[in-house]
Amino acid sequence: MRIAIIDTSAGRAAVISDGLREAGLDDLVLVDTSKPLVAQIEAAAPEVVLINLENPSRDLLEDFFAMSRALARPIAMFVDQSDAEATGAAIDAGVSAYVVDGLSKQRIKPVVDLAIRRFQAFSRLQRELDDAKNALAERAVIDKAKAILMKRRQIDEPEAYALLRGQAMRTNRRISEIAEAIVTSEALMGDME
Amino acid sequence: MTGERFRIGFLPLVDAALPVLAHEIGFAAAEGVAIDLVRDMTWATVRDRLLYGHTDAAHMIAPLAIATTLGKDRPAVPLAVPFVLGLNGNAVTFSTKLAEEAGLTDTLGDPIRIGAALKQVADARVAAGKALRFGVVHRYSSHNYMLRYWLAGVGIRPDQDIEIVVTSPPFAADALAAGEVDGICVGEPWNSIAVDRGVGHIALATAQIWRRGVEKVLAMPEATLNERREAVAALVRALHAAAAHFVEPGAAEESADILARPEYLDAPRDAVLRAITDRIRLVPGGEPIHYPDFMFQYREAANFPWRSQAAWLYSQMVRWDYMAFDDAEAAAAGNVFRPDVYRAALAGSGAPLPGASSKLEGGLDEPIGAGSTQGRLTLGSDRFFDGRAFDPDDIETYLAKLP
Repeated sequence: MRIAIIDTSAGRAAVISDGLREAGLDDLVLVDTSKPLVAQIEAAAPEVVLINLENPSRDLLEDFFAMSRALARPIAMFVDQSDAEATGAAIDAGVSAYVVDGLSKQRIKPVVDLAIRRFQAFSRLQRELDDAKNALAERAVIDKAKAILMKRRQIDEPEAYALLRGQAMRTNRRISEIAEAIVTSEALMGDME
Repeated sequence: MTGERFRIGFLPLVDAALPVLAHEIGFAAAEGVAIDLVRDMTWATVRDRLLYGHTDAAHMIAPLAIATTLGKDRPAVPLAVPFVLGLNGNAVTFSTKLAEEAGLTDTLGDPIRIGAALKQVADARVAAGKALRFGVVHRYSSHNYMLRYWLAGVGIRPDQDIEIVVTSPPFAADALAAGEVDGICVGEPWNSIAVDRGVGHIALATAQIWRRGVEKVLAMPEATLNERREAVAALVRALHAAAAHFVEPGAAEESADILARPEYLDAPRDAVLRAITDRIRLVPGGEPIHYPDFMFQYREAANFPWRSQAAWLYSQMVRWDYMAFDDAEAAAAGNVFRPDVYRAALAGSGAPLPGASSKLEGGLDEPIGAGSTQGRLTLGSDRFFDGRAFDPDDIETYLAKLP
């Protein structure tokens, strides 16, 4: 079964195709999103097309499917009509699947389920990466605020940190928020004395 | 009523203004409704989010609401339209090269004369084996139908003498710039952006093709409408108040400020402001010209969902999907528009409420008083450029007479 993958994220496309290959589905076509889409799909004649929900080419793709249907060409794709629940789950995961008319539900379902799991896994990885980046950024701000306090108040680092922490606890805010406020006010008023 | 929340999907277009302003300026809050706006880049995604519950309602091209109800291209889900978000506001923009070949001037020209010039170019291009290609925003869009109506009316047969492809609005100017298409029919600010970038020349406003053509609608699953009738009525009132505010002369600057923001249109404020004030820059570096019919967001009960508007769109769907006319489908298409819900929501307010739910489209040459059950209603000329009128009760005869 030939499966075409269209994804604006090359990383995610790789994660999905790896998963499909592991499941023994190795007739895969990775569409180059920097090149005209329709010609590639037409040439590949896939039986299933997986595309990320937010892909900017979806209207174009659906129009192409509708046209190919009108012209009775072999690639007449339908959204999977048989399983509204699976389609909903796919949309939630951020993937849209088009399936050639007449392909049996038993053959489609594993592909769509796998795509959903891979999309979810990719989102989770992305979230973890974002969290890690945020944590790094927070640490940098806290270090900056500590340096400002140490200089202004002539105190050492543990004292500066204790000040930040104490203020955070009293005002029920995060240490990074207090640090950010200090860095901002320093940027605005640091040279007023 | 309080605590009602509507997530509303939209595409970055000037005619997403009413839900955005209802949220930003407090018209929604005044009706006890909260609005969360969900921005997307394609109509397919706006539709899917609506069908699978990521959103409760959507800013949508009217024919897509009908196609979804009729189950074209996908399983049918009945949608309902209790409110029209605007009339017209789109334009046909030629690439600089095509503008030159078709002899466009720096004023808004006559659709018949421009059509004749375009036909010469189109014929020459067919003879040279490289047919002209135009981009529209969706297969099921008023843009597709307005453009095709005009082309067919001036003797250019869509799908034979000219190729029509799909380009989502935010990418239309890019497609023109890259030479992928020779012309686009798209909503604002994307025509103006093409002009400001120096890659396009506005040939026509779609209002010149049909003076009062229905454009975006507020669409929602019929099931949502039935389950949340009171909340939908509050939302309709909020949008109506936003519409009244939107057309006040003093409001344009603030509306442009809000709409241009990254979370909404993420587009140049000046291009947005020109569209809102019906001033269109046709040629790069030119002075904007004032065309008062350019877009209608409020006047003449523009928000009233006339069933005859839906019927016209269905007639064009039959025409361009090359399918047979079907009485049951025609009725289902007309019933997507819900004047009953609009009337119930605005009863007791000052809003003019038409007495009829359907009218002859394209029958008025001059402004005329129309029957209303509340308020005073005047309708302006709603002519099609070729002078034909559409009788929603006799679609088959109408279709038989079209070129």
